[in-house]
Amino acid sequence: MEIITDQPGKKILLLGNEAITRGALEAGVDVATTYPGTPSSEIADTFSHITKYFTKKGDKPPFYFEYSTNEKVALEVAAAASFSGLRALTCMKHVGLNVASDAFMTYTYVGCKGGHIIVSADDPYCHSSQNEQDNRYFAIFGGAPMLEPTTPQEAKEMTGVGFDISEQLSLPLLLRTTTRLSHARGPVVFEKMQKPRGIGHFEKNPLLVTVPAVARKQHPVLLERMEQAEKISEKSQFNEVVNVGKPKDIGVVSSGVSFNYAKEMAETLSLDVRILKLGMTHPIPRRMCEKFIKSCSTIVVIEELEPILEQQFKTLAFDMKSDVKIFGKSTGRFSRLYEYNPDIVVDVFSKIFKVKNPFPKPVESKIKLPSRPPSLCPGCPHRATYYAVKKAAPKDSIYPTDIGCYTLGKEPPLEMADVLLCMGSNAGTACGFAVSTGQKIVSFMGDSTFFHAAIPALIDAVHHNHDVVITVLDNRTTAMTGHQPHPGTEFDGMGRPAKMIRVEDVARGCGVEHIEIVDPNNIKETTAAFKRALDFKGPSFVVSKSPCILLEVDRKRKAGEEIPVYSINQELCKRCKTCIGRFGCPALYFAEDGSVHIDTTLCNGCGNCVQVCPFGAISKSGVKE
Amino acid sequence: MNKKISIVLVGVGGQGVITAANILGNAAVKADVMVYVSEIHGMAQRGGNVVCTVRMGEVSSPMLPSGTADVVLSAEPIEALRNISFVNKKTKVITDINPVIPFTVAVGGEPYPKLDDVFKEISKHAELYKIDALKIAKESGDAITKNTVLLGALAATGVLPFKPDVLLETILNMVPDKYKDVNRKAFENGMKAIKK
Ligand code: SF4
Ligand code: SF4
Repeated sequence: MEIITDQPGKKILLLGNEAITRGALEAGVDVATTYPGTPSSEIADTFSHITKYFTKKGDKPPFYFEYSTNEKVALEVAAAASFSGLRALTCMKHVGLNVASDAFMTYTYVGCKGGHIIVSADDPYCHSSQNEQDNRYFAIFGGAPMLEPTTPQEAKEMTGVGFDISEQLSLPLLLRTTTRLSHARGPVVFEKMQKPRGIGHFEKNPLLVTVPAVARKQHPVLLERMEQAEKISEKSQFNEVVNVGKPKDIGVVSSGVSFNYAKEMAETLSLDVRILKLGMTHPIPRRMCEKFIKSCSTIVVIEELEPILEQQFKTLAFDMKSDVKIFGKSTGRFSRLYEYNPDIVVDVFSKIFKVKNPFPKPVESKIKLPSRPPSLCPGCPHRATYYAVKKAAPKDSIYPTDIGCYTLGKEPPLEMADVLLCMGSNAGTACGFAVSTGQKIVSFMGDSTFFHAAIPALIDAVHHNHDVVITVLDNRTTAMTGHQPHPGTEFDGMGRPAKMIRVEDVARGCGVEHIEIVDPNNIKETTAAFKRALDFKGPSFVVSKSPCILLEVDRKRKAGEEIPVYSINQELCKRCKTCIGRFGCPALYFAEDGSVHIDTTLCNGCGNCVQVCPFGAISKSGVKE
Repeated sequence: MNKKISIVLVGVGGQGVITAANILGNAAVKADVMVYVSEIHGMAQRGGNVVCTVRMGEVSSPMLPSGTADVVLSAEPIEALRNISFVNKKTKVITDINPVIPFTVAVGGEPYPKLDDVFKEISKHAELYKIDALKIAKESGDAITKNTVLLGALAATGVLPFKPDVLLETILNMVPDKYKDVNRKAFENGMKAIKK
């Protein structure tokens, strides 16, 4: 466990996310909570590994960690730790903060006691997300100080300093990263680890109860705290001017990973510019920014997504009656879309400063390459469920889906995903389609998603007797984000035995009358179960239960069990293409002569293609090496 | 020596590209060279394509501008071509010659291009080194050492700002004892594959 060595000065390569965890350990974090979501997951997974390491040794971990039911719960658990005087960290992906926002927006009114860092990992370009919202708005919206690191080293430092700022202001602090920081590795130097505080104590305070009279009192308190925060920002070590060349009156304002591009590209183009690097971006250090504006005739603002710094600088310039030229997004130079990269920055620089772009024009391939989108794994039980539902349901049935691996069911040949908004939206939209159309509706979600956000919608379906089939693809884990536990698993994130909650028990408790529990690897029975569920008038609930194939293969390997592989008997195969064209396991492929084969290195031995082949051509042929 | 060194590692989810990039990063830290490693792996585990960048020396950005890679190290031939925008005439493209056929070829009928055409196209834009990493790995004792073969080949280019031994040691540090010998062999054979 290199990450917990208390060896100041030691330098190791860390992921931005791991560096945040290390920063929290150095700051003596007591309670860490999360709901997993890419690109934030490794922060919490590292906490989890550390606690498991202690649990395994029979020792008490130095801090408490949990994968909470959802981000709102995660925030609330950690807030209570803070109210009790402990240091707490909550991490989530950007859309997770939408879920937690109800708590967040009032949390800043009452404030915290022990330092509390909320990490929001944003995802410009939607590498693994349903939108690319800019959560810097949440810092402004809710009133929270915000830090934005540029490197893993800075991510660690900001986490440590962030706890101090949070305690100084009695406000939770937003540490905002983006994918390019979360998933970048760089050298990180260790500092001494502080001891956690251990057990906190809650002192009652009527101002923690936000009845209207209290809320009215606390709003001005929040504004005062933000004024204090501005003073901290003016002095912050993370806000500084970096000179490139021999700068005169041209400035660049930047934050986060964009700063890295700005600096390197300014150097590459031999520009003479002063870069105002903002690390504490809410509130911005107004005096420092005004001084910067005064010293410049032209300013280029480089920030991904929304023009948040740009607008603040324009406002400042307007108030100062400055005639500085500010280039950003509204002047059309920079886009509000997607991730930036060195090419984009160099292109804008060369246009504004009229210098030649020194890089060769990117070459393009003349050959058209087949796309390689992610797909459901070979042997994934979701594929079998989808195949069965397709057989059971009428042609124009609607398939609302949810956030998780099963969105990959959207791809051909299955095409079993019609609508997706957010965590839990499958069940809510299913209810809506039931009252709006005459079509049959089968919705899909995962087990973790069910606990996270779908139970209220299930209750809605029961209470209003909506005619829907709501399916939980129960693969016993939170697969997409890296196989984290959830309330339906037997162990918690610290590796301790935990009470396992069954989704079918919850559904029964919510009053669902028609419940089917099936093993999707039996396609015939699964098809029959969905037919019964579709025939039932009113809400029915199907639990399609089979562990994620990756976990299953892993389990079998560890237990020394054989993993079978399957092949196609070329004499029996009629090349009807059912297995590839309708089922679509990625282990199946056509040879150049049109014959169908199974790539045994990819086959995970689920045996489901055997049930799909109408000619009995597929059978077990050996075991995986 | 170059002041900035940019290496792009590409392949398919599950091929260990991210691990290979991580090893390079660790070797750089060991050699006390500034390094940034960037990876995108949202859904890579589910068979998508993977791109990692490793930048060393006087760099601030984990990402490199187009056309500025010193080496593109590819675990799959068409993935090397897919990332051709990183190369210039001097870039060394080292690729394994064993294809991984995407399922879109089977299901959607998109053709997998002829390997000869792929290699010809790469050669037009960069210096191409084809190696049968799988075969060399097997000859070295275990197919699992395929990426070690590729890293050996990378070390042999002389592009890295540290000795090949630093990279080899980093690899050996990360594998279990019983795999150390095969990995050493795979690394050396990978180096030979480039030198010849
Ligand atoms: S048994 Fe058939 S369906 Fe299952 S993983 Fe192997 S090829 Fe795919
Ligand atoms: S379903 Fe059976 S007969 Fe049809 S192509 Fe596949 S293996 Fe051959």
